[in-house]
Amino acid sequence: MAVTQRIDDPLPPAKTHPARRTLPKTPTGITGLDELTEGGLPRGRPTLICGPTGCGKTLLAMEFLVRGITEFGEPGVFLAFEESAADLIANMSSMGFDLAQFEADSLLVIDHVTVERAEIEETGDWDLEGLFLRISAAINKVGAKRVVIDTIETLFGAFSNTAILRSELHRLFRWLKAQGVTAVITGERGNGTLTRHATEEYVSDCVIVLDHRVTEQSSTRRLRILKYRGSLHGTNEYPFLIGESGVSVLPITSLGLRHSVFTERVSTGVGRLDSMLGDGGYYQGSTVLVSGTAGTGKSTLAAQFCAAACARGERASYFAFDESAAEIIRNMSSVGIDLRRWVDAGLLQFRCSRSSLLGLEAHLLVMQQSVSDFNPAVVVIDPVSDLLRIGSDADASAMLTRQLDFMKTKGVTALVTNLNSEGQHALADEQLASLVDTWLVVKTMEGNGEHNRVLYVRKSRGMAHSNQIREFLLTSQGIELADVYVGPQGVLTGSARQAQEARERAEGTDRLADLEQRRTDLEHRREAVAAQTATLWREYEDEADVVERLLRSGSTGTEVRAGQRAEQGGLRRADSDQHRDVAAIAQMRVVTE
Amino acid sequence: MTSANLDDTSYELTLFVNGASELSARAIANVRQICDVYLDGRCRLVIINLHDDPESLLTMGILAAPTLVKHRPLPVRKLIGDLSQTERVLLALDVPRAHPTPATRG
Repeated sequence: MAVTQRIDDPLPPAKTHPARRTLPKTPTGITGLDELTEGGLPRGRPTLICGPTGCGKTLLAMEFLVRGITEFGEPGVFLAFEESAADLIANMSSMGFDLAQFEADSLLVIDHVTVERAEIEETGDWDLEGLFLRISAAINKVGAKRVVIDTIETLFGAFSNTAILRSELHRLFRWLKAQGVTAVITGERGNGTLTRHATEEYVSDCVIVLDHRVTEQSSTRRLRILKYRGSLHGTNEYPFLIGESGVSVLPITSLGLRHSVFTERVSTGVGRLDSMLGDGGYYQGSTVLVSGTAGTGKSTLAAQFCAAACARGERASYFAFDESAAEIIRNMSSVGIDLRRWVDAGLLQFRCSRSSLLGLEAHLLVMQQSVSDFNPAVVVIDPVSDLLRIGSDADASAMLTRQLDFMKTKGVTALVTNLNSEGQHALADEQLASLVDTWLVVKTMEGNGEHNRVLYVRKSRGMAHSNQIREFLLTSQGIELADVYVGPQGVLTGSARQAQEARERAEGTDRLADLEQRRTDLEHRREAVAAQTATLWREYEDEADVVERLLRSGSTGTEVRAGQRAEQGGLRRADSDQHRDVAAIAQMRVVTE
Repeated sequence: MTSANLDDTSYELTLFVNGASELSARAIANVRQICDVYLDGRCRLVIINLHDDPESLLTMGILAAPTLVKHRPLPVRKLIGDLSQTERVLLALDVPRAHPTPATRG
């Protein structure tokens, strides 16, 4: 199989020298395990798989056989000391393994070996030739290349002479090697030892330790390759899962930072936000974090993102951990986002589960499988903080890194929301910050007796993004972003912003009215001036009329008055000079007037 | 094992052995002695070589060799080993220890 160098693998790449890779291996076909073991279990040698009860030893061993049959054409023998063949067949059918059919096709032998100490009395020296013959017969029956013995230590309960038993087990493993079969031996975890009866002493080529830990009420299975003689192997503890189709050891993809980079943009679903991010939205295949406190509209942003993808004819997966699909659809319809129609169209897939339902790894496996099956262009995880709560911080970020890397390699644009606690910066934000490409923060601003949502781009790798805060409005037509007012009192949002808008509108109106008034005033003055002018003209014309009349009647008047004066002078015996003066004065008056 | 007076108290034994190994030979010798000496021949003994009859491995659930199976009288018991520890064999076969000497009946 292809050798993949992992970024988290402690092994230096130079050691994958082809000349040194001579140890033949038997691929297990188990997801992830072959990568950890650089190709599988040692061919023709026994491998010990040990761990506590319920850690998945039997299943792992059985899957080794099943994959051998289905994928590598290697028949197998399962020697069951604990479970009956019928039980095994029933148990494995839930994984989709049809063991009965394999038996019918002569590809598999399940031999249930019952040992009951009560029936057995030891009366001297003995050997395990009966067991050898049984295994030999089973191997020969189907031409087996793989043998599982589950659990050999049951024999320790049946035989009291452990000295003989130990030497016989030594002989058994030597014999198995001589048969050329790749054997898997399971062993129960002992008290301070790997296995209860130190089976690891006999099986020294490859030892795989399984563990089953419960932390904070959720259990995680882990696998570690303790020892692999003559081979490179991953030395870490790797979580593994028992899923619907068998065992998966994570990471499914051990990819490192080598995914291809996309330059295409994916619309956020909010036109104004697209322009805030520079040119048309998120990068395809990028990871977007939307963080904020409760009720800030993170889910709405996520839903609009999905709806926009569906409107483009792309597929979207929505993983919800705090709401059911029906609730999300109802809630989003109240802000004008119609998700129902995209679900009906088969473009939108909801996967809703309580985060506490499964372990972290199981959630991630479900998500990875779902993404692989549905092949969406965009994925929403809402809220990722619920997932992170399941495991320890280190586990959670390691898992999430794998998950996000997985989606990046698929070119899936992922939007994860993160619920912050009120008043404090969530640790999760810091954990996630370096993983994500774009980080949007939605928060509420309190003031003026209300709180309002605002949004800003905290970071966005490789984009000339806006540094401005926008008010984030949930309208009946979805999300809208509005400018906020920055004034002496700080940022204004909500009704304060509306009041400011109204005030500005009012001020504008006032100025206009003022100008209008002044124009009217001027008009009035013009009319007044015109009226005054008309009056003056009338007065002038009246005066002119009078003067004209006077001028026309001027000569006759003088004559009359001269005659009268002459008469009076005659009466009063005045001299003639006096008469002349009076006449001159009268004439002068007429002229001046 | 060739005794003529088989009845309800007689023993039915099967000895599974691993071919002609040393353990097999010792076990066969021991079981014959026990039959003759302690069971007074009231004993039907069958000796099976596991290599010749692999089926019996499954039907009888034989893992160790040699294995002596006591079918009768009930309950069925399995004795493994070369049967050299006579005391334990007799105990397992439920032979009355109060009469260690051969029975006088018949």
